[in-house]
Amino acid sequence: MKMYLAVLRLRLNMGMQYRAAALAGVATQFFWGFIIIMVFEAFYEHAAQTPPISLKELIQYIWLQQAFLVFVMMWFRDNELFDLITSGNIAYELCRPSGLYGFWYAKLLAQRLSSALLRCFPILIVAYLLPEPYNLEPPPSIWAFLLFLSALLLGLLLLVAISMFLYISVFITLSPMGSLLVFGVLSEFFAGLVIPVPLMPVWLQKIAYVLPFRWTADFPFRVYSGHIPEQDAIIGILVQLSYLTVLVWMGRKALNGVLKKVVVQGG
Amino acid sequence: MKLYFKYLSIHFKSQMQYRTSFWLLSIGQFFIPFSIFVGLYFLFERFGQIKGWQFFEVALCFAVIHMAFSLSECFARGFDMFSSLVVKGEFDRLLVRPRSTFVQVLGSKFEFTRVGRLLQSVIVLVWALSNLPIEWSTIKAITLALMIVSGVFIFTGIYMLAATMCFWTVQGLEVASIFTDGGREMAQYPLNIYQKWVARFFTYVIPFGTVNYLPLQYILGKGDGNELIHMLTPVLGSLFILPCFLVWQFGVRHYRSTGS
Amino acid sequence: MIHLEGISKSYKIAKRSSGLRQAAKALFYREHTTINALKDISFSIKQGEIVGYIGPNGAGKSTTIKIMSGILVPDTGKCTIMGYTPWKDRTQYVKNIGVVFGQRSQLWWDVPVIDSFELLKDIYKVPQQEYKSTIDLLIETLELQEIVQSPVRQLSLGQRMRCEIAASLIHNPKIIFLDEPTIGLDAVSKIAVRQFIKTINKEKGVTVILTTHDMNDIEALADRVILIGKGTLLYDGNLEELRKQFGTTKIITADYAKNTDPIQIPGTAALSWTPERIVLSIDTERVKPSEVITHLSNKVELLDVTIETKPIEDIIVQLYKEYQI
Repeated sequence: MKMYLAVLRLRLNMGMQYRAAALAGVATQFFWGFIIIMVFEAFYEHAAQTPPISLKELIQYIWLQQAFLVFVMMWFRDNELFDLITSGNIAYELCRPSGLYGFWYAKLLAQRLSSALLRCFPILIVAYLLPEPYNLEPPPSIWAFLLFLSALLLGLLLLVAISMFLYISVFITLSPMGSLLVFGVLSEFFAGLVIPVPLMPVWLQKIAYVLPFRWTADFPFRVYSGHIPEQDAIIGILVQLSYLTVLVWMGRKALNGVLKKVVVQGG
Repeated sequence: MKLYFKYLSIHFKSQMQYRTSFWLLSIGQFFIPFSIFVGLYFLFERFGQIKGWQFFEVALCFAVIHMAFSLSECFARGFDMFSSLVVKGEFDRLLVRPRSTFVQVLGSKFEFTRVGRLLQSVIVLVWALSNLPIEWSTIKAITLALMIVSGVFIFTGIYMLAATMCFWTVQGLEVASIFTDGGREMAQYPLNIYQKWVARFFTYVIPFGTVNYLPLQYILGKGDGNELIHMLTPVLGSLFILPCFLVWQFGVRHYRSTGS
Repeated sequence: MIHLEGISKSYKIAKRSSGLRQAAKALFYREHTTINALKDISFSIKQGEIVGYIGPNGAGKSTTIKIMSGILVPDTGKCTIMGYTPWKDRTQYVKNIGVVFGQRSQLWWDVPVIDSFELLKDIYKVPQQEYKSTIDLLIETLELQEIVQSPVRQLSLGQRMRCEIAASLIHNPKIIFLDEPTIGLDAVSKIAVRQFIKTINKEKGVTVILTTHDMNDIEALADRVILIGKGTLLYDGNLEELRKQFGTTKIITADYAKNTDPIQIPGTAALSWTPERIVLSIDTERVKPSEVITHLSNKVELLDVTIETKPIEDIIVQLYKEYQI
């Protein structure tokens, strides 16, 4: 645990070195959020029937998405790890006195966490201060907020667990491009980053609900706005937990499998 | 110009050394905007229209801006990736050569994988055009071509501004993506769906409006007022690159006096 | 040919702060420190000279090279090279010079070397005929026949450096600036590169200015050295003078039949001593080597004696110390 914290602190420090970049990133995401909101505003203006999610809820959804983008974005990746795997220098990592899965998991988690800590607060604060109807509102109840927090964190853990498969797949493909592409496009679409899940056609929603991706982004954001009621949220969190357990378990298995192969090859 | 093509061919040769990665990246460049387009399609399926614009009209907007974007990312990539040139100190090399920095930076990098994105936007363009009742004329066709040209000029101009910034700092360059990626994202839809100030900013300051929104009104016959002006807006928008060019030259002068 | 007069140049460097609060502060405000990279540098170089430009890291070597090659504009001072002011007539001027940055490449990584050459031909607008004869000559003298068709990434460092040098000579420059041309090369490649620099200097009369940390480069090539430290010119003259001025120390190693008495000779310092061998450092201004040997032979039964001049490397280190740079 101490080691994981050390990794996190190192990352935060490194992040601070690039604070101008972080500031620029905040500005970019802010602009982005605005554009998306205005597009939806225009769509909603003459909507024939009432959309399944209100504009207000959608705005919450979008701001949270912008603030916690690094929690939910598959493209956010660690090229060091890719290099490590493709160059065969993985041998060094195997010398470390800890399980590889745990170590990588911590590393990836720390990267996302530190990046998000630097970026989310400015966005959240400014979004709160915006004039109606563009502002971010406090969640409907303290319960919704607490549920949102746990859902968000579980979502993050879940996303890292999913992204571990990305790195594992590179052991087999030896080129991160293909995997990144498949994971990136599919996961972002089904996590509701392109269009929010409630606005998808019903048949597509059904697919999205089965896949694990929406639990990383779509679910916590809708818990926050109250679009998902508290009761359902608790069930959702249980689903998140079970997904997490299964994915981590499978990830460990898969990593051990590919590592064995590496050792046999003498790479 | 001849030199530019020489650069082009040497980069193409280099790229072809890595065929697999070229194809994979091109396919990626095809599918990333594709997923966005699918999203757009689903939104229209649910809402029907956006402030009076129909799906195929917006699709045309989408195609034109993505086309311009992919062309500029391919051919003006040198400016887009300029920070690495400065960081590695390679820019000094360009200064000891008897050619303008503009051509040399332009020739320093090409991104051929953008052909994927280009293809995707061409498909959308053809699909949109074949579903829109447009009475075609030579002038309309020219206008359409000019729209894409104007987009390329504007994106290139923004890349140049960002590149100039590198002479002072390479941090915070991400801001430029507000205008490149952000501009692209925004100009997927007709400008009038946004708040007035956004529309104004992107018409008069960074003239993305001239790439699709304004001239499209003429092509689609939606225009009120003078058709000629709407038709000529892409030409005006292209002028955006001129001040960018001056700023660039100012940056080069600054670099040579400080040598950061 | 090259004439520098009172060239000065200073930089402003933003202070990098660490710590969270400092970092937050630096978002809005930055402190700057001014560094005088060059202070009043003047020298002249005649056509056909090979000049070694030396100094420790950060002395201002590359700043001078950058000014002379038209990349940087100095704060004050005059610089005329072949009648041009480098930073004013950049595009006209740079046709006459070649620059090799030892640590960076001007060749395209993934294409055959010859393709890079062809592109450079177009950049410098070299007529086809002239290009042909130059390139043939370069390929022959640098022995590039085997490698011009392979992509750069497959070349060894030594092969690459030979190609780099060839690339900077395609337009037949009158002056060539070499910034650490032998860095990272093995002994054989170093000798090949030096040999070639000599050749182009002799046969084409190309003026060569090279910076290096390898004093063997200087010894093998330069008739003249310019020493710079902390931005000021410290020494300008030929190598022999430098040696005479600072190289008055010689090293005498003597082997003798076993003798356990310690040996002390005035005007010398023992660098090491065993019952069979002593290494002495002597100052030739105070005592002659012959006197030392006489002294030694009186005390012990000499078996073998060698006298070495202090290597140039040590002279430079001594110089750096003396000038506190």
